[in-house]
Amino acid sequence: MPPKPKLPGVLKGMGITMRTALDTMFPDGPLRPPSPAKGAATVQYPREKEEPAARSRGVIALKEENCTSCMLCARECPDWCIYIEAHKTLAPPRREGGKPRSVNELERFDIDFSLCMYCGICVDVCPFEALFWSPEYEYSEPRIADLLHDKSRLGQWMETVPDFEALESGSEVKVKKVPR
Amino acid sequence: MSALLSAVTPLLALDPMLEGDIGFTQVLVVLLKVLVAFGGLLVTVIIFIWFERKVIADMQNRLGPNRAGPFGLLQTVADGLKLILKEDLLPERADKPVFKLAPFLMLIPAFLTFAIVPIAGNFNDGNDGVVTILGQETFMQVADPQIGILLFLAMSSVAIYGVVLAGWSSGSKYPLLGSVRASSQMISYEAALGLSIGSVLLIAGSLSTNAIVAGQAGWQWNLWMTGLVPFVIFLIAGTAELNRPPFDLVEAEQELVGGFHTEYSAFRFAMFFIAEFLNTVTMSAIIVTLFFGGPSGPDFGITGWVSDYVLPFVWFFLKVLVFLFMFVAFRATLPRLRYDQLMDLGWKLLIPLALGWFLVLTVVRVAADEELAAVEVLGVGVLAFLGLLVGGGLLLLSIRASAAKRAAAAAEDAADESEGVR
Repeated sequence: MPPKPKLPGVLKGMGITMRTALDTMFPDGPLRPPSPAKGAATVQYPREKEEPAARSRGVIALKEENCTSCMLCARECPDWCIYIEAHKTLAPPRREGGKPRSVNELERFDIDFSLCMYCGICVDVCPFEALFWSPEYEYSEPRIADLLHDKSRLGQWMETVPDFEALESGSEVKVKKVPR
Repeated sequence: MSALLSAVTPLLALDPMLEGDIGFTQVLVVLLKVLVAFGGLLVTVIIFIWFERKVIADMQNRLGPNRAGPFGLLQTVADGLKLILKEDLLPERADKPVFKLAPFLMLIPAFLTFAIVPIAGNFNDGNDGVVTILGQETFMQVADPQIGILLFLAMSSVAIYGVVLAGWSSGSKYPLLGSVRASSQMISYEAALGLSIGSVLLIAGSLSTNAIVAGQAGWQWNLWMTGLVPFVIFLIAGTAELNRPPFDLVEAEQELVGGFHTEYSAFRFAMFFIAEFLNTVTMSAIIVTLFFGGPSGPDFGITGWVSDYVLPFVWFFLKVLVFLFMFVAFRATLPRLRYDQLMDLGWKLLIPLALGWFLVLTVVRVAADEELAAVEVLGVGVLAFLGLLVGGGLLLLSIRASAAKRAAAAAEDAADESEGVR
């Protein structure tokens, strides 16, 4: 049996366009009042919000206690948008009777989000689990200088960091425990 | 003086108002019509731009403009205000007088074309759409010149100058490429456009748009009186003439930035923009006038001013709306043609088909004029149609043969070249 004659592609395409238009205009069926706000895929942002995707890169959070001021993140940053200043100080010994440890204490840990390109190299490269991705994205500022987040601001983002979930096969080995 | 006037007026218009003496009232009526048409067109364009954006948004599962005014109706006004307030850039290498002239060359024909479109008037009572304004019997169109529909062809040719001069005077390569494309495209498709109008004129027997519409009263629409083919050709060629997708090679964004209006900004760009959408409205109105009986339609036995103005205008508006929607749907659906495909479609299909169909209709018309019996007319028509098919087949064969010859020559050239390399 010969194949059924198909409509020319132009007419078929027009049909698909019309159906999409109808589905958008009348999501409740053709007899109901039109409500394109419901039928369209558009999310009208300030009034309704989308759930950010898993592992979305909104803003970088800093766990200050874990940072050793090793400067790896600042050196690897392609945009040079991380500024770290620290000084050596003596911390109390871990064990009774031990000698005080020499540690680095952060004076300044700033990320300039007006320069940051959200590559995530700093998060990947951090060996001490001090930097994390947070899905928060609403931190725009009227003044560009205010996009420079200092260490207390970066520390506040820690509350919004979600737990690491092994979403892909093989990602169990990379589980990064989020310090709370 | 009045003898001179009465000698000249039949050349100016077929409007009954202009046949006698021309006094203050007549001038007032003409001015009134011009003002209403101009204002109405501007408002229509503003609404149509909104309509197009809204409908195309629906077809792409989006919302479209919805911020300015209720349902985003004022979006076009906001855009227009923005464009007026922007800096009017003149490129350093532009040919300045021509650069300034080009937008007007595009906008003014767009407005002028609409003058010949009858938008209302009762065509059912045998009065040919004559209405009475201020005691003057006249048509519901700005002008009804004797050249009629030829004015439309002339104006669309003048509009090409707008595109060509805009591209040429910009002193930049992308506008130039866009305008070269535009001129060849619009000239090619104008031939098919004119030939399909020829079929309509053959049926109507007059160039006057009023007479064309009057001839279609009582459902004798040219759409089927000319056998559908001229309408399809006119629709395709008209879309190409408008530079609307899928024939928008003139401003193919991916290749030519913005085409001929790349270097234009502010209000001059707004004029191109308005002209483009105005042309779409006008083209829809012309299609309705030529093929769909213009403002004629059932009057449900109503008489008086409702059947003179309101009902015909509603019919006209609804018919135009269908075509505006169609153009929007074309834009939302069809991908752009490649340049050689565009030329192939125009020269190898539309023009021969329009010409052949015109000849078939001519044969039928001649047979009918010879007062042959209906069966004989039909037989002659079928014979002519068979002739058209044979001619089309021969054309197809010759196109294939020349394509094969060209391919063989290209292969030989390639072989020669590779030998030369060795």
